[in-house]
Amino acid sequence: MVILLKSVYLESPFPLGIGYVNLRILAAMIHVQNVSKQYGDLLAVDNISFQLDKGDVLGFLGPNGAGKTTTMRIITGYMPPTKGKVYVDDVDIFEDPLIAKSHIGYLPENPPLYEDMIVRDYLNFVAEIKQVPGNEKNGRIHYIMDKCGILDVGKRIIGHLSKGYRQRIGIAQALINDPTVLVLDEPTNGLDPKQIIEIRELIKGLSGDRTVILSTHILPEVTMICSKVVIINKGKIALEESLERLTNKVDGIENILLKTRYWGEEIQEKIISLPNVSDIRLGLSNELIIQPKKGTDIREELSELIMQNGWGLLEMRPVAHNLEEIFLRVISSEGD
Amino acid sequence: MNAVYPIFKRELRSYFASPLAYVILVVFQIISARFFFLYLQGFLHLQFDPSFQLHRGELNLNNLVVLPYFGTISIVLLLIIPLITMRLIADERKSYTAELLFTSPIKLRSIVLGKFLAALVLLMIMLLLSSLNLFVLTVHGNPDMGAVFSGYLGLLLLGASFLSIGIFASSIAGNQLVAAVITFGILLLLWLVGALSDTESSILGYISLINHFENFGKGIIELKDLAYYLSLIYIGLFLAHTALDSERWR
Repeated sequence: MVILLKSVYLESPFPLGIGYVNLRILAAMIHVQNVSKQYGDLLAVDNISFQLDKGDVLGFLGPNGAGKTTTMRIITGYMPPTKGKVYVDDVDIFEDPLIAKSHIGYLPENPPLYEDMIVRDYLNFVAEIKQVPGNEKNGRIHYIMDKCGILDVGKRIIGHLSKGYRQRIGIAQALINDPTVLVLDEPTNGLDPKQIIEIRELIKGLSGDRTVILSTHILPEVTMICSKVVIINKGKIALEESLERLTNKVDGIENILLKTRYWGEEIQEKIISLPNVSDIRLGLSNELIIQPKKGTDIREELSELIMQNGWGLLEMRPVAHNLEEIFLRVISSEGD
Repeated sequence: MNAVYPIFKRELRSYFASPLAYVILVVFQIISARFFFLYLQGFLHLQFDPSFQLHRGELNLNNLVVLPYFGTISIVLLLIIPLITMRLIADERKSYTAELLFTSPIKLRSIVLGKFLAALVLLMIMLLLSSLNLFVLTVHGNPDMGAVFSGYLGLLLLGASFLSIGIFASSIAGNQLVAAVITFGILLLLWLVGALSDTESSILGYISLINHFENFGKGIIELKDLAYYLSLIYIGLFLAHTALDSERWR
């Protein structure tokens, strides 16, 4: 807390005379504060809070219907929350929508395209309503079209283009005002594998010091792009963690996955009695996940033990906490 | 408010990017021209009807051609304007572009106003085309041009009121067809409500859309008629704005 206060102190334009709460708000690029959204009887988003700093890339995960899109719509100012506040670059999005929205680029789940327009005219229109200054407009459009790889279709009608191109035009429209906050709702949804890789590279290259919120179903994507993960389930935050802490061996411990042909209770007993093993549990498909004590490598003793007893070693490999596993665990433990 | 122009420009271009605007213009022009010709023919026949010579005062171009022509145009507008306005906002939802508009740093009223103005320009083009027929009259006759101009002002106001109600319907409807039906329903109701009252001074008579048009056709521009149409336009746009604003709170 002290460190946080100090860094804020340096950044804040008003180093004196503002309360701590305000200073904390000033630090974050996006600050979601106790946001809830009710649709009739359904509580779609239930008291969600998180903060993102400049340059953070957030992977926003959750099963279908968990409230991801609703949360993103609230953050971008498309709909107001039932309760709670959202600050974008210190501006309350529902009190000063015009200022806050000018920082945001948003790609909804379905790219918002006018099918009857040609690509260049469309981007020109978006630039105009996003208040891009007239003298920068053409340069900006050209730059973004180049970056998103749509220069060659600039004169084509959007309705005639493939899904991959549409998705890229969608990303281009989100970037046209050079936003500091980029919100992307399933940007690689429905694309073929090659296009997915292209879009992923594009997002990676664009992030820079932008703050990005990215919702997706593809978990490896998060490992590749994101620096932070929020998993929501049934409208609540089930997990919020930086990606490093999540997937890397926390505190230098690396679990070992073990598969043997022979299967019996005594295997578990014998393994746990090894000196450097601190924990053992059953994996998803009858394999053993063994947690060694901190700073030890048990692979050698383990294989020796298996050989001696003739259990038939089939597989043994280190497992970093796999995001997929974490996701499933979080989702199922929260569900009833 | 500087977003009105881009919205207006895009909307107008979108009308002419699809066949819709052309079809509407052609249909409108064919129907109104056919009826104009009918009225003109009737006028020519009456000129040679000896029994009609007695009422020379009534036998003029304004009464027998221009006024019925305006009546026809107003009915055609009643039928066509729901088709012009139905897509304005309902379509933004269908193509998901509502999310782009509502997350852009622009005011809601710029969106409503821009769309209204685009539809208004299309209406003006329609009326301008229909006025070509009247030029035929000036070649061989001399209609009261003052009444023609005030009539056109009335048609413009009448049409603009239709448009604003249409935009409102489009803002509450889930799809284009429903928007068109709602618009047509409201317009017809407002049109026919005058017939329910006997006296012209009753409230129902005042609400009626068409009662206020009669004076314009005769060359009389009254403040109460102007006020009626302008407030109807304002109410329609205001309701559209309110509907869009409140929708997001649900």
